[in-house]
Amino acid sequence: MITKEEVEHVGWLARIEIHENEAQDYAEKLSAVLEYFSQLDEVNTENVEPTYHVADIVNVFRDDVIRLSLPQEEVLSNTDKKQEGNFLAPRIM
Amino acid sequence: MMVYDNPDGVKIGLEIHVQLNKLNTKLFCACSTDYHNSEPNTHVCPVCLGLPGSLPVLNRRAVEFAMKVGLALNCEIVEQTQFHRKNYYYPDLPKGFQITQYDFPIASNGKVVIDGEDGEHIIRIKRAHMEEDPGKLMHIGSIEKSKGTLINYNRSGMALIEIVTEPDMRSPKEARRFLDKLRSIMEYLDVFDGDLEGAMRVDANISVMGGERVEVKNISSHKGVEKAALYEIMRQKNFVRRGGKVVLETRHFDELRGVTLSMRSKEEEHDYRYFPEPDLVPLRVADKVPEIIKTLPELPDAKRKRFKTQYGMADMHAKALTSDIKVANFYEEVAQLVDPKAAAVWVADILKGELNYRDISVDAFKVEDMAEIIRFVSSGNITERSGVEIIRTILDKGGDPASIVKEKGLVKVEENIVTKAVDETLEENPEALQDYLRGKEKSLNFLVGQVMKKTAGRSDAKTAREMLLDKIKKLSPK
Repeated sequence: MITKEEVEHVGWLARIEIHENEAQDYAEKLSAVLEYFSQLDEVNTENVEPTYHVADIVNVFRDDVIRLSLPQEEVLSNTDKKQEGNFLAPRIM
Repeated sequence: MMVYDNPDGVKIGLEIHVQLNKLNTKLFCACSTDYHNSEPNTHVCPVCLGLPGSLPVLNRRAVEFAMKVGLALNCEIVEQTQFHRKNYYYPDLPKGFQITQYDFPIASNGKVVIDGEDGEHIIRIKRAHMEEDPGKLMHIGSIEKSKGTLINYNRSGMALIEIVTEPDMRSPKEARRFLDKLRSIMEYLDVFDGDLEGAMRVDANISVMGGERVEVKNISSHKGVEKAALYEIMRQKNFVRRGGKVVLETRHFDELRGVTLSMRSKEEEHDYRYFPEPDLVPLRVADKVPEIIKTLPELPDAKRKRFKTQYGMADMHAKALTSDIKVANFYEEVAQLVDPKAAAVWVADILKGELNYRDISVDAFKVEDMAEIIRFVSSGNITERSGVEIIRTILDKGGDPASIVKEKGLVKVEENIVTKAVDETLEENPEALQDYLRGKEKSLNFLVGQVMKKTAGRSDAKTAREMLLDKIKKLSPK
């Protein structure tokens, strides 16, 4: 069961503002989702290796060869706030 | 043997981020790593900017480098691993998470031997894992009054290896020695250039007298680690003496002021919500270990040992010559050309000092020049002092030994000129001569000085002294 406080905490971690009156609603809905998935806990996984990736492959590499990066204007084209080629963020402590 | 009893119960463990900056490209994208003298945000692409839809692909050579590091630190290499996402919001991280290794670091359970407080001391390596570097933040103005923060993602996505030690260092000096050794090993492996800005960044966990550990972040130099640890040990000791109890906390090292400051920690505990990175497949590399071992170069400890036996030099010289791979290679090339013992003294005791004093690399000096200077001195053409002068001249103004000898007139003066100087000195300083004859040894030094002065320093003190004594003997046979 997910509590209202947990919803608020996760919201804070994800930087999503969650209004007081929504938190309870989210808590209930998320609990329902988790409950649904908890059916998986019934499966016996005693001798089953964990799956880290759905594709059954390992070791996908690229060679250490340089390719062109983006031009600076393009890099900064998605922001309004820039200064001397940098992204400009609010003051961060 | 002397035993260090660590009176304050100091325990220091380090977490070191080392940039594998000898790679051509970043960890998960093909952007160039050569960004240090470039405009901001010119070495970035959709992957290292974290744009939606971009996919990371692992750099094969980065894995080889990481395995080399692990093996050089005497670690075990993991059978299979995968990358995880470490989630946190901070603008240096454009994706909102950092790709790192979590429960299966590529290397673990290693050790490094340092010259500790009481001889050889083992520092255990807990783990070494691969991860990507965040971008770089720059505050406008001072941190207190900052109006905004500038973000440059050129560094974002650089391959890092994070090395975590056990708390086995018992003093700030040992912490620094460990870092020196680590840098030396990394440069031997040719995976790392420590001269580049931000190439090695350190967090230190420090505790005293069985208290809780305090993590000091943001240390960017070897000297900084020693300074931060000294300060922190003093602070904790004073705090305990006044009846305080050290608690777990994170502090920030202010390099300029040489103090550590408590960081107003956020109310939340670290809540990184690690989970496997679905965009990267697992990595199975253990079978490559024998191949990688074959590529490992001779490491500092082995080289130091070999230099002692092969060239018959003192341990002090072997240590000085092997801490930096460039110096070691330089020495061996010189030793091919001239007497290896003389070369050891000249490179370790003289050249290295002059280089350190000027904070420049041995690359600035030619092997042939060093060999020629040693030849000049050992054949008696110039004095040792002149040899040093030639080194200094080359480093400060350039030139080659032969022409500097000529220009400065450094060739040792002919003996008859010294003879003349000796005669004149004795004639001009009868009191000093008398004093010496009456047993005042110091007067002889004065006379030697006078002879050197007359020959403008081009005779060496030893010759001047011998010739003076010879002459005095003839004057007053006792």
